[in-house]
Order: sequence, then C-alpha cells, then structure tokens
Amino acid sequence: MTTVTRRIPSWRPHSGRSRLLLAAAIVGAAGLLAAACGGDDDEAASAADCEPGETDGDLSFYNWAEYIDPELLTSFEAETGVNVEYTTYESNEEMLSKVESGAAIFDLVVPSDYMVDTMRREGLLQELNFDAMPNAANIDPAFANPPFDPEHKYHVAYQWGTTGIGMTYEVLDMLGESTWAVIFDPDTAALVPGSISLLDDAPETVSAALKYLGYRLEDVINNGNEDAIREAGELLRATNERLLKYDSVTFGDDLINGEVDVAHGWSGGFATSIAETDSYETHVYTIPKEGGVLWVDTMAIPHNADNVCSAHAMINFLTDAENGAALTNYNYYGSPNSASTPYIASEILDDPGIYPPPEVNARLEFIPHAGDMALLIQDQLTNAKS
Amino acid sequence: MQPAGGRPVNSGASGEEAAARAKRRQGVLLASPGALYLLIFFVVPLVLISVYSFATRTSTGRTALSGWNLESYRDIGDNVILGIIGRSAWLATLTTVLCIAVGYPFAYYLATRPRHVRAVLLVLVMIPFWTNGLVRVFAIRFLLGSNGPASALSESLGLGTFRILFTPTAVTIGMVYGFLTLMVLPLYVALERMDWSLTEAARDLYASGSKAFWKVTLPLTKSGIVAGSVLVFVPSFGSYVVPDILGGAKTLLIGSYIASQFRDARNYPLGAALSVLLILAMLLAVALNQRSGSGAEGGGRPRLRRRGRAGGEAETVTAAAS
Repeated sequence: MTTVTRRIPSWRPHSGRSRLLLAAAIVGAAGLLAAACGGDDDEAASAADCEPGETDGDLSFYNWAEYIDPELLTSFEAETGVNVEYTTYESNEEMLSKVESGAAIFDLVVPSDYMVDTMRREGLLQELNFDAMPNAANIDPAFANPPFDPEHKYHVAYQWGTTGIGMTYEVLDMLGESTWAVIFDPDTAALVPGSISLLDDAPETVSAALKYLGYRLEDVINNGNEDAIREAGELLRATNERLLKYDSVTFGDDLINGEVDVAHGWSGGFATSIAETDSYETHVYTIPKEGGVLWVDTMAIPHNADNVCSAHAMINFLTDAENGAALTNYNYYGSPNSASTPYIASEILDDPGIYPPPEVNARLEFIPHAGDMALLIQDQLTNAKS
Repeated sequence: MQPAGGRPVNSGASGEEAAARAKRRQGVLLASPGALYLLIFFVVPLVLISVYSFATRTSTGRTALSGWNLESYRDIGDNVILGIIGRSAWLATLTTVLCIAVGYPFAYYLATRPRHVRAVLLVLVMIPFWTNGLVRVFAIRFLLGSNGPASALSESLGLGTFRILFTPTAVTIGMVYGFLTLMVLPLYVALERMDWSLTEAARDLYASGSKAFWKVTLPLTKSGIVAGSVLVFVPSFGSYVVPDILGGAKTLLIGSYIASQFRDARNYPLGAALSVLLILAMLLAVALNQRSGSGAEGGGRPRLRRRGRAGGEAETVTAAAS
C-alpha cells in the first residue's frame, strides 16, 4: 500500500490549463443550449406531400406502453419494407417533454385529447395530409370535430376509452351504484374491506375529485376556477392517507390479485386484466354516477419528424378496418374505426365497460386543455402526497 | 550521484527537466480519457442544469432561456418543498443509522474470520450488489406483498394478513437492503486494517471487552463509519425508485419530486434548482468526509501515521484502561 501511494507522479494540474478546460466546457454547454433553442423557428409547415402508402425511411414510433399488438408492427414492416423503431411511454407529459426538448426525434406519437391541444398550440405538431391516408375516412364521424382540434388538422383517432373505478362485485353490491364516494368519502370508503388505489396522474386524480365535488371539468377550466381546483386538491390530500398506493400501470392486475378492492383506472386496463383471468363474475369496471372522464388517444406527427411519409403510411395502415380491429382485440380499448366493428371480438363489443350504453356516455367528459392552470393541477397531487 | 540501476542518466538540469516533462505528458495521457468522459457527461450537464435553474417557466410550460432570475431558488423555500426535503433527509438519516447498526457487527464478524473464509464471505456480500437494483426492489415487493411469502408465514402463525408493502416501513427496509453493501465494505476495510494488538493492549490493561471496543476499536474505525455513511446517505437522500415502488408513490421524496418537475409539471427551472442544491449538499458531505477522514488517520500514509500517532494511541489505550 505504502509503495503505491509513494509512486504518485509529481504532475500537478496547471491552473491555466484547467481554466481552459472550464472555458471549453462553458462554450460546449452554450453550443448545446443554442442547438436546443434552435428548433423553435421552423413553424408547422403545410401538410406533407406524400402519396398514399409512400415511405421515406425507418419509422420512429413513440406510443403508450402495452398499446399495440407487436404483430401489427411486424406486418407493417413486411408490407412497406421500412423498419419500425418502437419505444413506449407512460404519461402524456413524459412524451411531451421528449418531443419538446428534441432529446429524441419521433415520427409518430400518440397524445391524448388535451395533449393534442397543448402540442398544437405550442407548434409541436404538423398538419396531416389526409390525401395520403385514405383509410382515415374509416374513423367514425363522432370523432370528426373534437374540441381539442376543432378543425381536425393534426390528429387521427387511435383508440378511446374512459376513466372510472374498477371494483369487486362485493363492493358494488354494497354501494348499489358506482360512486366516487367509495374513494373520496371517508364513511363510504371505510366500508371497503380491502384497499384503494388511485392513478398516479395529476389531471386524472384532480378530475376525479372535481367530478365527486359536482363540478363540470369544462366549466372549471374555461372559467379559470382556481378555487375549485384547490378544493379538489384538499380532497386529494384528505384521501391520501386512505390509499394503498398510486399506480398507473398495474391497477388492473392489482384489483384481480386482491391487492386492492377499489381502483381508479382506465377502462381497457381493467378489461384486459379481467379478460385474461376470466374474472367477469367477481370484478367489474364502472363509470361512477357522478360521471367519469372520456378520452381519445390519437396519432399525430411531431413538428420535427424526419420520416413524415412513413408516419402517414403507418396511420393509414392502422386505420385499415382489420388492423384497427386488431388494436382493440389486443388492448381492449374502444375503436374509433367504424369499419373495424365486424372484426372486433363480440365479447368486447358487448362489454359495457368498454362500449358504455348511451345513458352512461352522457355522463362522460373530456379533460380540457388546462393552459395556465396545468401547473396548479400538478401541484395538487404533489401537495396531496406531502 | 551514481544511479543504482546503472542506467545512464543525462547529467545537468536540462535532462531532469526533460524527464519531468515526459512524466507530465504521461500523466496527461493517462488522465485524459477519464477527464474527457467527466467533462462531457458530468461537467457539461452540470453547467446546463445550473443554467436552466435560472431560467423562466412560461405559462404554457416551456422553459424560456431568457429573463434570468432566482425565482426557482426562492420557490424552494416553499413549505411543501421544505417538507419534502426534510422527509428525505430524515429517511436518509434513518437508513444510514440502520445500515451502521446492521453493518458494523457484520463487518466486525467478517474482519475477524480467517483469511480464506473472509474471501468467500466477501463474495457473498458482493453478489446482491452485482444484481440489478430494480430487480432486487421488485423481489422485495413480491416478498412483502399481501400475497407474498411474508404474509403467508404471518397468516399461518395466526397473526393475520401482513400489511407492510406501500408503507414507510417497506421503504426503509428496501433502502437498508439496497445500500447495506455500501456500508459493510468500508467498515470491513477499516476493521481489517486495524491493528488488533491495540485492543489486546487495552484488555491487558484491564479494560473490559465493551470498554475496549468503545474506546479503542470504534475510534480507530471512525473513518470507515464516516465513509460508509456518506456512501449510504448521499444516494438514499436522492433515492427515487425504491420509494415509488415500495412506498406506492404515496409520500413524495426529493428524488421523485425532481423527476416529476421535469416529467409531469414541465417546470425545468425548479427541477434544475433543486438538483443544483442536491449536488451542492452532496459535495459538501463528501468534502466533510475527506476532512474527517484525513483527521482520523493519516489518509494514505500509514507509515507516517504509525509513527506520528503512536503516542496518541497509547493515550487511548491508557484512557480505556483507567
């Protein structure tokens, strides 16, 4: 040991040189910053000039986790000859920050409704060329002019679903009718024999609390009603102690496993878990009587995409009648594709948790684009956990 | 001067200078890959983070690299954030203390085994360390889950269902398990390097076993305790995966909070400011460690230490005996 320490060379850093290194670091950092800011000036150009089915290179596809049958990607590759680089995310915000920072370039992303609004307002999406995607005409006219993209220029619907509560029939029978009170009202929640979980997602949890409190989401956001959002935050804070956990990924499996008896989550997540274990007799997904959240996930092309024609080709491919059905048969979310209906498994079409009856549909509402209030909404979940 | 090796040496100052220069060049050559790596992947990101911490979050959530201000640092003074920092510090302290409590006796045991047994035991200590941390955390999650073996055992003993997953206790268990190796290794090194004749001397002078330990062994291994504590405290303070997976994301710690500022809230300036603060705190901890490390024993100069500290050690021994 001694000899080793003794042999340290007498070389010492020259202060001049280390200062040079520091200067180089700062110059390098400034260069990176300039590169990061440089992307702002290319405004969303007019729709890309692509022929139907035309491809222009490998497709970088950024989608939600567990959201596509891998075989669809393989058959797209076989059909077009381009490779698909497929990566996944778990929240809209995660996707947004990657697209916004330019940390990675994606050709095709799948933002939800309110995120389409945010991204198009910030110039992060490009206009689509509907002539290059004849199959997009298969999309049900009900999805034609949504509030988040009124002129329908930036998106093509991918799948849709709802946010509500999955529970055991034991709990539902006790309640009589599904209600947010089973999570937010202490006396009702106390009757649940097992545990309760919430999505780890600020817009969803705040929306659930607002629904329980009797607000319409659209009114709260459009009127800039910050007090209502704070009230929802207080409710979340009071609920925190009662929860087993926050989870946006395994809520369906947790319900079936008995880890929780009541879980806040997305329709298809529950439907998948219930179908996989054939738990139709014991577990059910419900929309509470106060109403739930309706959402549409959509395909959109970021402003800085490299292979725009390949992205159009993929949208065209996925809006094909049979391929659209393959999406639903895999992920158990509702299909916006009217041509797909004949190819969708009948137990999915008949499941009221996936395709709610009209009277339930009337109680559903989109989460609006929050604009300035997005940070306030995020803070509510933070405060609840503090 | 006649060189012992018989190598012909240029006479005069210029030769010595040339040799020194060659040595210096060699030093630069040896250090440059590491230095370049650190420059690109540590210094540049650090500079970027500090620049961002002075930027502004626009109302739409973009980060405007203009209008530089200290707003984000002021936001850290917010009660919610201070609460999160306090909770993280408490958990990190608890983890460190528990790691010492579990790790010290264990390292003591290791260091007092015969050499060949020690080698085997050390490998056993290292094995979990070589396993992916995420896999280990999920393993604990399974172990502590309400359908897991721990619960089955408690039920078969008639103690009812076992509810520990997604509680602070589960987080603490996971953290101690995850970082224990980082505590055991420096403690082991300190105990192994220790001169056991000093404890024997204390015993010869009628110190009881425990007194010899408290007055001789423990002070002599202080450097190991400090090094282990820094190694455990620093990563557990910023820990992010364990609290989310074992704690059910129910109580926010500073690591998860910073991640959520970048990922969900898109408040890069605040996330960056907190990161800068965390890095500074860690640098401070490391600096304090260096200091106390060189104070406790002469760092990498054992020969000097032995000679310089002989009197001090004798004093310690006498103090223990009295």
